[in-house]
Amino acid sequence: MDLSLTEEQEMLKKMARDFLAKECPKTLVRQMEEDEKGYTPDLWAKMAELGWMGLAFPEAYGGGGGAFLDLAVLLEEQGRACLPGPFFSTVVLGGYTVLDAGSEEQKKQFLPRIAQGKEIMTLALTEPSATYTAEGIELTATPEGEDFILNGTKLFVADAHVANHLIVAAKAPRGGVTLFIIDAKSPGISYTQLKTIASDKQCEVVFDKVKAPKPSILGAPGKGWLEVEKMLQRAAVAKCAEMVGGAQQVLEMTVDYAKQRVQFGKPIGSFQAIQHHCANMAIDVDGCRFITYQAAWMLSEGISCTKEVAMAKAWTSEAYRRVTALGHQVHGGIGFIKDHDMQLYYRRAKAAEVTYGDAEFHRETVAREIGL
Amino acid sequence: MDFRFTPQQEELRREVRAFLEAERKQGTYETDIDAWIEGWSPEMSKKIGQKGWIGVTWPTQYGGRGWTYMDRLIITEELLRYGAPVQAQWPGDRQIGPSLIKYGTEEQRKEFLPKIIKGEIAFALGMSEPEAGSDLAGLKIRAMGKDGDFLFNGQKVWTGGAHKADYIYIVARTDPDAPKHKGISEFIVDLRSPGVTVKPLVDITGRTHLNEVYFDNARVPRSGLIGQINRGWYQIIAQLDYERSGLERVMSNYPLFEAIQDYTRKTTRNGKPLSEDPVIRNNLAELRVEYEVGRWLIYRIAWMLTQGKLPNYEAAESKIFGTAYQQRLAAEAMRILGLSGQLVEDSPRAPLKGWAARSTMFSLAYTIMGGTSEILRNVVAGRGLGMPSE
Repeated sequence: MDLSLTEEQEMLKKMARDFLAKECPKTLVRQMEEDEKGYTPDLWAKMAELGWMGLAFPEAYGGGGGAFLDLAVLLEEQGRACLPGPFFSTVVLGGYTVLDAGSEEQKKQFLPRIAQGKEIMTLALTEPSATYTAEGIELTATPEGEDFILNGTKLFVADAHVANHLIVAAKAPRGGVTLFIIDAKSPGISYTQLKTIASDKQCEVVFDKVKAPKPSILGAPGKGWLEVEKMLQRAAVAKCAEMVGGAQQVLEMTVDYAKQRVQFGKPIGSFQAIQHHCANMAIDVDGCRFITYQAAWMLSEGISCTKEVAMAKAWTSEAYRRVTALGHQVHGGIGFIKDHDMQLYYRRAKAAEVTYGDAEFHRETVAREIGL
Repeated sequence: MDFRFTPQQEELRREVRAFLEAERKQGTYETDIDAWIEGWSPEMSKKIGQKGWIGVTWPTQYGGRGWTYMDRLIITEELLRYGAPVQAQWPGDRQIGPSLIKYGTEEQRKEFLPKIIKGEIAFALGMSEPEAGSDLAGLKIRAMGKDGDFLFNGQKVWTGGAHKADYIYIVARTDPDAPKHKGISEFIVDLRSPGVTVKPLVDITGRTHLNEVYFDNARVPRSGLIGQINRGWYQIIAQLDYERSGLERVMSNYPLFEAIQDYTRKTTRNGKPLSEDPVIRNNLAELRVEYEVGRWLIYRIAWMLTQGKLPNYEAAESKIFGTAYQQRLAAEAMRILGLSGQLVEDSPRAPLKGWAARSTMFSLAYTIMGGTSEILRNVVAGRGLGMPSE
């Protein structure tokens, strides 16, 4: 057993932290919440230059040859910094799915472009039913000659409005789910940005007779849900890694504040009531860390980990929410104000909690896995 | 990172399991909850000692095996999973041995370590006093020098297993004039010494595990002093971290967890197994997740020890979390059992051997003994987060 990061991972972590402290200050985070695109091409290009987009993809496709665990380390720092933009969509949802399910040709077409920062991708999975089940997929793919015609509505599609390509999950004509990689600017696709608690850029995407040529099929037709399940596992753990980073930052921010804020002539951090809030936060942060990295490591090693992934997301979803709520309680009034950073984390914690399965969803998986 | 055990460790785990299966089959013991606290079986401890599974991390010259803390964790995990009666060996293996290795004289190590390893002697822990609970350094019991020996006068309380153990590892005041942290020393005292009286207490479950221990001019030879005189407070800190960071803090009532899951699979209500009830599924899954979180908080400490790092606030974190989880487990088991949950083990109709009712009562102690959760939160805040003291 080894619970430490490798030297390279420690370096990556430190580099990412320093880079984001400089390039992604909270002023930028706030600007991007109001910005239509939600990211700056300048920062996007710099991240690509650092090799972040291709970090976990094989060298053969222009990547850095890293592992999912390396990506988790990077995502933790991004979560700490509240990095805005389509990194998660492009790499975790898009690139990884192409790598996993794509043909050689698709991998060659998309992965090097992702690694170079030239391609933004996302996943159009969920619909107005707002569930993560195959039954929730009602968008249809109707055969027309060699091609398919897509009709339906996708909801909660992150960064769709700035994407070059969408991975679309559609109901296959003879049952099951088929995945397509669709040019995001195809005729018949329209986007409406949703106003969300985290001010992240999620869209409603309407497909009105959108043509999907046969070569755009990703993976085996009708068998797409198997890929979606793998994708959701990666996405859930990747989201946990972001949450761990955010939770760590909230803890540090809160403890610093409690040490400085004086009431009754003393720093409030000297009062047991405040200390116990902070101790509870610390326990939750550490609890999230190990259960998340266990799942990330198993995914990285290709070990089957349905239960471990579900445990990680079930726990981290609620623990991060608790940590941010206690952070607010300790900060008092000031954290409630938009100018303060605390609220950035609280809102993101809530969004992360429900994304890729909330705690109840994942506990049902755990229940199944323990033979209930 | 690597979350795997080595093949040798997996093999060790299989061996320990096979042994515990076989002994249970033979009737050497029955699985029970809290069996590391009140499962008294010198016979079982001697058998475990013969297998070489006590004191495994200790140096070979004292009979130890020089194994890692991770190896020890695997052994203790299985002992707890099977609910084996290991009270007699537990404090010795967990904290007395390590203290002797760190602070004891060569004679003390040679005298005690091999006997602990063989499961031949048992220790009780003499910490709390009527006036010194959370404020342990406020302890009053006196150990005053007298003709080269020490004369003990005073009282300990909540001393688990003292009515059965051979020795008490005790902290006592050796310099009443010094500031309170600087006049404390550690001793090993034979519980059969003249002047020592053990008075059992009956606890909320109706059982006897805790005791009062009275010292009335009890004479303890100088060889009973562990480490430096008046440095006991500083020596005891590390021992408390060992005490707080074992898997018993998350697995004390583990057999109840398996039993209640099994119960929901086998019990039907409204024509369906209870295990299909969405609330029960959710709640038991939540407990499974919490158990996993607690395990990693404790594995982390074994891993730190393996790396030569001493746990600090991490031990406090693991105990706060693990003990609260176990109380929730008891509460959920009671919720599922409904009216039957109140039946205690002597009742023929008691489900799950009455474990849920007993655990509901006994688990109250988890967040108190070995450092209350409140004191431990102070430790996390102070030592872990560097927050100022009031």
